[in-house]
Amino acid sequence: MKRSLQIPLFVLPFLLTAVLYPPVSAQTKATATNVPTIPHQAVPDFFKNPPGIYTGENMGIATNSKGNIYIYHRANETRLFEYSPQGNFVREIGRHNYGFAFAHSVRVDAQDNIWAVDEGTDMIVKFSPEGRVLMTLGRRPDAVRMLINMPGAGTYHGRNEPYRFGRETDVAFDQQGNIFVSDGYFDARVVKYDKNGRFVKAVGTRGNANLQFNTPHSIATDFQGNVYVGDRGNARVQVLDNNLNWKANYPNVGNPWAVCVSGGPGPKNPGKQYLYASNSWQDSAPAAGAEITGEIYKMELDGTIIGKFGRAGKAAGEFATVHQIDCRDPDVLYTAEINDWRSQKILLKPQGTKSTN
Amino acid sequence: MKKTIVNAVVAFVLLGPADWLADRICWWAMPAGPFLNAEADYRRGSYDFVRGFRLQAEVTLAAQTAPPLIAFDANTDFLRTPNDIYIGEVGGVGRNSRGQIFVYTRTGHPYATLGDNRTFYRNGSRLFQFDANGKFIREWGQDVYGFNAAFGLRIDPQDNVWTIDAGASQVVKFDPQGRILLVLGRKPEAINVRPAQPAAGREGGGRDGGAGREGGGGREGGGPAAGPGRGAAPGSGVPGSTFSEPGDVAWDAMGNIYVADGVGNTNRIAKYDKDGRFIRHWGSTGTEQGQFNGVKALAVDRQGNVYAADMRNKRIQIFDADGTFKSQFGNVGTPIAMCLTTGATQYLYVSHAGDDVGMDDAAIYKVSLDGRILGKFGSAGKLPKEFGIANSIDCRNEHELLIGEMTNWRVQKVTLKP
Repeated sequence: MKRSLQIPLFVLPFLLTAVLYPPVSAQTKATATNVPTIPHQAVPDFFKNPPGIYTGENMGIATNSKGNIYIYHRANETRLFEYSPQGNFVREIGRHNYGFAFAHSVRVDAQDNIWAVDEGTDMIVKFSPEGRVLMTLGRRPDAVRMLINMPGAGTYHGRNEPYRFGRETDVAFDQQGNIFVSDGYFDARVVKYDKNGRFVKAVGTRGNANLQFNTPHSIATDFQGNVYVGDRGNARVQVLDNNLNWKANYPNVGNPWAVCVSGGPGPKNPGKQYLYASNSWQDSAPAAGAEITGEIYKMELDGTIIGKFGRAGKAAGEFATVHQIDCRDPDVLYTAEINDWRSQKILLKPQGTKSTN
Repeated sequence: MKKTIVNAVVAFVLLGPADWLADRICWWAMPAGPFLNAEADYRRGSYDFVRGFRLQAEVTLAAQTAPPLIAFDANTDFLRTPNDIYIGEVGGVGRNSRGQIFVYTRTGHPYATLGDNRTFYRNGSRLFQFDANGKFIREWGQDVYGFNAAFGLRIDPQDNVWTIDAGASQVVKFDPQGRILLVLGRKPEAINVRPAQPAAGREGGGRDGGAGREGGGGREGGGPAAGPGRGAAPGSGVPGSTFSEPGDVAWDAMGNIYVADGVGNTNRIAKYDKDGRFIRHWGSTGTEQGQFNGVKALAVDRQGNVYAADMRNKRIQIFDADGTFKSQFGNVGTPIAMCLTTGATQYLYVSHAGDDVGMDDAAIYKVSLDGRILGKFGSAGKLPKEFGIANSIDCRNEHELLIGEMTNWRVQKVTLKP
């Protein structure tokens, strides 16, 4: 009997998945130990949609200075919703605009403009607080040109072009209005633009050395202009200065899907700033990582861990693949979550006990 | 009086945008013409915004003195749309005789159908009407068959509105009330998804523009290239009226229709009578006189001469009404849009887009009909007075232009201060 390599049919999808999605960001257990737990609770049923209004995979969440909340999500179409500070649906922004196809994150700048980061169109759209388009970054691939190349899930290319992205993931702003983009899945870099969208600098290639990235997935700045990059595949937060020089790595908080620096985009809120990083429950194989992931870390800006909270799960207060965090108020967080098509409002009890490390 | 004739050989390096494309080098003889001058800045890399190849010259040709700058003001925020309507990349903008403004724009993604025995386009573009003050009036052409990839808009002297679509490869004429009067070209009944072309090995993924298309036939051959676009999709029309990503439409005094066809697989100008009956076409792919490399924009002057923006050849060619070559001129960068003024002395405004993201290299030139560059204004960027790929110009008022921009998703009103 001739013996040949036989692969059971049911294995094929997994093999294909492995080929299409190389395990660059397999979720890992955080290496930090003896981390105190911060008590937290979720506000039950905080976000209230009227009948006929649904959110899909909640990819991005952000508040403005008035406390209104924006959720950028993947429903049948990718959509951007606005909610009141009480969690009531207010309106939709940007329906059917040219830059919306596959939501990734949303941020609000110091002027309350709303920036929607879309990894489907390779674009970032800046809306005024009224919802009018003020600026775009990146350019959507021309549909006619794409006829010969239906890309499917696409793949890494590392083109590193000044004005085009490769599934960019997030955006942040410093006090001067400079724009920082984490880019992304098909590039591995951080790009800086001035406030008018003109290219300043890009750093990063794919790899795990300093100033290399493996899916830079989330980005935030502090009031000094330092840049915090959730270098997800490398399981570290990489810190850069304002000119994108390397400063530090925080390698002990798992794979940071989402990073957030409290205080909002400033400069109205000059309180002490904290860094949050979510070692999110990965969405592609939920059962695999549930026991070792899901928690969110609260840190000093220098990387000192203050505590952690939450775990993987779909109950209130558990986290079902946190994809973005808003932390304008360091004790009132909003989490956008992929797996349960939801967002949560999370209240942190001010911690009385300080970490021992 | 004869202007400098430049005969030079230019080496272009086609820099492949993705790793599947080996760098290719072709030696390309610039044709000489009575009005052809060399680009001052051939040394700059120039980016073909439609096709995505980077053309980079190795040899600097004789420079001409820079044209004077035209002072101007701009307003980027005068169109008022309802909260649920967003203008995207502007394929075309135009004004009718009452000053009303029409915008043909890419508003979202075209959809490829599934669960069908073929895959075809639907959705992707919309046509909006505004009053002279920029107040939204209404949408035209909701759910029509061929609004997929807005590429141009023109309004004829009778106030009919003509849309040009590169996805459907069609030109559609609306009467002033918004009813459809004439459809030129036919939308392919199917789009070829992953045709059997050497498009394999495209690890780059997602790159628009590509050599896969180039292999699709119709580009290399001589003679009028009237072949159907996109690898001969079935049912895509009859010879003579099948377009491949048409760029523009124009009319002469008798109402004859000229179509720039186009930036896809064909390089020709097609002429129809006012009822849409095919008369003739001319042009093929190449760099000689009467040949094109991307026919992107058209204009017809009062004498019936036809001006064609020969985009990748970086020149404007001029023909008589029967297609006989008359002359040509350069020094207008990579021309992607034109508008011919209607005053006593006619001028051409020509939009140059030197890159495909609208951030590096752009200008609008004012040109006399004999090819003299009278001035220029604007640069690339996102701020007011900058242009993000000015794909369309309205010059019904020759001192107050409307500029439709692709990457900036806006119509900019430009007031020239001569």
